[in-house]
Amino acid sequence: MALESHQKIERNATLLLTLSFLVVTVGGIVEIAPLFYLENTIEDVDGMRPYSPLELAGREVFIREGCYNCHSQMIRPMRDEVERYGHYSLAAESQYDHPFQWGSKRTGPDLARVGGRYSDAWHVDHFTDPQSVVPESVMPAYAFLADNILRPTYIVDLMRTHRLVGVPYTDEMLEMAREDFIQQATDFGDPGVVDRYPGAQQRDFDGQPEVTEMDALIAYMQMLGTLVDFSTFTPDESR
Amino acid sequence: MLDYVKLLILGLVAVCAAIAANYARDAAYLVHALLIMSAAAITFFYVLRSTGEPKRPVPVNQYMDGPVRAAAIATAFWGVVGFAAGTFIAFQLAFPALNFHWADGYLNFGRLRPLHTSAVIFAFGGNALLAASFYIVQRTSAARLWGGNLAWFVFWGYQLFILMAATGYLLGSTQGQEYAEPEWLTDLWLTIVWVAFLALFMGTLMKRKEPHIYVANWFLLSFIVTVAMLHVVNNLQIPVSIFGSRSVTVMSGVQNAMTQWWYGHNAVGFFLTAGFLGMMYYFIPKQAERPVYSYKLSIIHFWALIFLYIWAGPHHLHYTALPDWASTLGMVFSIVLWMPSWGGMINGLMTLSGAWDKLRTDPILRMMVTSVAFYGMSTFEGPMMSIRAVNSLSHYTDWTIGHVHSGALGWNGMITFGMLYYLFPKLWNKQRLYSLSAVSWHYWLATIGIVLYASSMWVSGIMEGLMWREVDAQGFLVNSFADTVAAKFPMYVVRGLGGVMYLTGGLIMAWNLYMTVRKGTVRRDMPAAAPAE
Repeated sequence: MALESHQKIERNATLLLTLSFLVVTVGGIVEIAPLFYLENTIEDVDGMRPYSPLELAGREVFIREGCYNCHSQMIRPMRDEVERYGHYSLAAESQYDHPFQWGSKRTGPDLARVGGRYSDAWHVDHFTDPQSVVPESVMPAYAFLADNILRPTYIVDLMRTHRLVGVPYTDEMLEMAREDFIQQATDFGDPGVVDRYPGAQQRDFDGQPEVTEMDALIAYMQMLGTLVDFSTFTPDESR
Repeated sequence: MLDYVKLLILGLVAVCAAIAANYARDAAYLVHALLIMSAAAITFFYVLRSTGEPKRPVPVNQYMDGPVRAAAIATAFWGVVGFAAGTFIAFQLAFPALNFHWADGYLNFGRLRPLHTSAVIFAFGGNALLAASFYIVQRTSAARLWGGNLAWFVFWGYQLFILMAATGYLLGSTQGQEYAEPEWLTDLWLTIVWVAFLALFMGTLMKRKEPHIYVANWFLLSFIVTVAMLHVVNNLQIPVSIFGSRSVTVMSGVQNAMTQWWYGHNAVGFFLTAGFLGMMYYFIPKQAERPVYSYKLSIIHFWALIFLYIWAGPHHLHYTALPDWASTLGMVFSIVLWMPSWGGMINGLMTLSGAWDKLRTDPILRMMVTSVAFYGMSTFEGPMMSIRAVNSLSHYTDWTIGHVHSGALGWNGMITFGMLYYLFPKLWNKQRLYSLSAVSWHYWLATIGIVLYASSMWVSGIMEGLMWREVDAQGFLVNSFADTVAAKFPMYVVRGLGGVMYLTGGLIMAWNLYMTVRKGTVRRDMPAAAPAE
C-alpha cells in the first residue's frame, strides 16, 4: 500500500522534485532561522566594536592567505583550552566577522586571543621565518608581506559594504578611514583613530616607514580577543 | 535567427568582460575577466562557423554520449591533478621548506589547500557526477538528453567554473569559507551552470519512455536540487565593487558559522553521498549483472537519507558559541543518519547476492564493492565523531582529516574509478579495457594508500588530542603546542606516502584508459549508441 502510493512519485518527475526539495528544506529552517532571534546569539557585549581600517585590511590578508585552514579562532569551554588560550569565545566576539573565521582545524594553535601575547618584533620574525622562533613549526614563511606596500585605495568601499550588511560604521569612520589607516600604523600618530575605535593599538608594527601588509596583519593579530574585558564580564546563565 | 541572438549575446559578454578586465582592481578579477572573455570569444567563433549552414539532422533515436565522454576524460584528468595537489600539500606539512620562498606565497599551504579540496570535490567529483548523470539518465529513461547542446554548455561551463576557482585560489581570491571559497563572480557563474544542469536533467526525465523513474535518478535529482539550494544560501554575498573579486558575506559570526556548516556538511551529504549513491545504484547492478537487492529498502533509505542529512551540520560546531540545542540536534540527527547510510550500503553490497564469485575474477567489481565498504566504514565513523564527548577530542585534530579521506579516497574515489573502467570501453566502443592487471595494480595501490592515510591520521589525531588536554599532578598543561606538532612528524610522512601510492594508482588508471581508447579492439556486435527505443 505505502509502496504503491510511492509509485505515484516514481512516475512523476515534478512531484519527485517538489517533494525531495521540501524534505531537504526542513532541517535548515529549524536550525538556522532561530539564530537570528535568540538572545545569546545576538547579544551585545561591552567592548565589541567594528574593526579599524588597518585591522580590517589585516583581516583581508589573513583570509587571502588561507590562514583559517590551519588556525581556529574559537576557544571551547574546556579546562585545557581555557588554560592554553584564555577565556572561551563568545558569540558576540565574532558578531562583526563577515565571514566568521572560527576554523575547523588546528594544525597551528588557536588565534582567538593571540592579541598581546607576543611582541610586534616576534610577529615580524615569525612571519618572516617561522622556524627561527618556533623550530618545530610547519608554518610557511610570509616574508613577502613586509615588501607589499598597502594603500588604503579601496578601504572605504570595503567598509561601506560591511556597513551594508550590518556593521555599525559611522559616517565619520568612513570619512576618516584613509587617514585612520595611515595613522594607526604610525608611532605617535593622530590619536583620532583610538577615539573612533576604542582599544585600537597605534604604532609602527613592522618597524618600516611604509604601511605594509605586515603592518596590517600584525595590527589584526594584536587586537584579536582583546576587546572584551573578562575581568568585568559575567556570562549569561543560559549558556 | 536563434544563432544571431546567440552571437549577439556572446559578443556582448566578450566585450563587457574585456572592459571589466580593463578596470580590474585585483589580479584574480583580471584573470577571471580574461577567462570569461576568451570563453565567450571561442564560443562566438564556434557558433559563427555553423551560422547559415544547413543544420545537421539530430539523431533523436541515439543517446548523446559526447558530453559523457568529455566528462569522463575530465574526471580522470582532474582526479590526477587533485591527488597530486593533495600529495604535495601533505608533504608541505611534513617539510615546511616545500612552501617555496621564491613563489612569494602563491604556492603556500594556505592557498594550495583550497585548490586541493576543490580540485578533488568539485573538479574530480563534479565531473564524475556529470558523466554519471548524463549517462544514467539517458539509459534509464530510454531518452536522448534534452535541450540540444545544453549538455555541452553544462560541461564546458563547469570547466570554466573550475578554472576560475583554481586561478582565484592561487591569486588569493577567497571568501574564506571552507569548500565555498570562490568569490561572487565565480559563484554566479556556477549558479547559471547549475540551473542549466537541473533543467537538462529534469527535461530528460520528462521525456522518458520508461514509466518509472529509476532509483539512481532519485538520488541524482535530489543531489542537483539540494546543491543548488545550499550554494545559493551559503554564498549570499555583496560584492565590494563590480570590478573586484572581493565580496562580503551577508551573515556574520554564529549565523554565518551555522549556515556554512549546514552547507559544508551537505556538500558531503548531497554532492559526495547522494550523487555518488546514484552512481552506485546504476553501475554496481550493471557490473555485477544482478538487480538491486531491495526496492523497499531503496525507498526507505532514500527519503530517510535526504531528510536526515540536512540536519547534521551543527556537529561541526560542538562546544563553540553556537547554542547547545543546535549542536545537540545536529548530533542526534547524525547518529540517526547512521541507519539510512547503512541501508544504502546493504542495498549496494547485497546486490552481489549470487554473484560474489565475480569478486575473484573482476577487479572492477572489486573496486566498487570496496568503495561501498569504505562508505559503510566512514558513515559509522562519522556519527561516532559527532557524539559530543568524542568530538571534544577529535575536533580540530587530524582525525577529522583521516575521516574525510577514508570517505573521499575510499568511497568517492573507488566508485568513480569503477565507473570509469566500466564506461570507457562502452563509450569508445571497445571490447574490453586495455589491461585488467593494471586495474588490479591500481586497486591494491589505492587500497594500501588509503589504509596508510587513514591509520596515520587516526594515530596522529588521537595523539594530538590527548596531548593537548594532558595536565600534570599540579594541574599544569604538560605539552606546549609546538611539542604536539613535532610529535606528528612521522605520521605526516606516512600519510604523504599513502598519497603517493594513491596518486600512482590514479596515473596507472589514466594510462590504462588512454590505451583503451587508442589500442583497444573495436567491438562489433553491439554499437555503443544504442537506439533509445
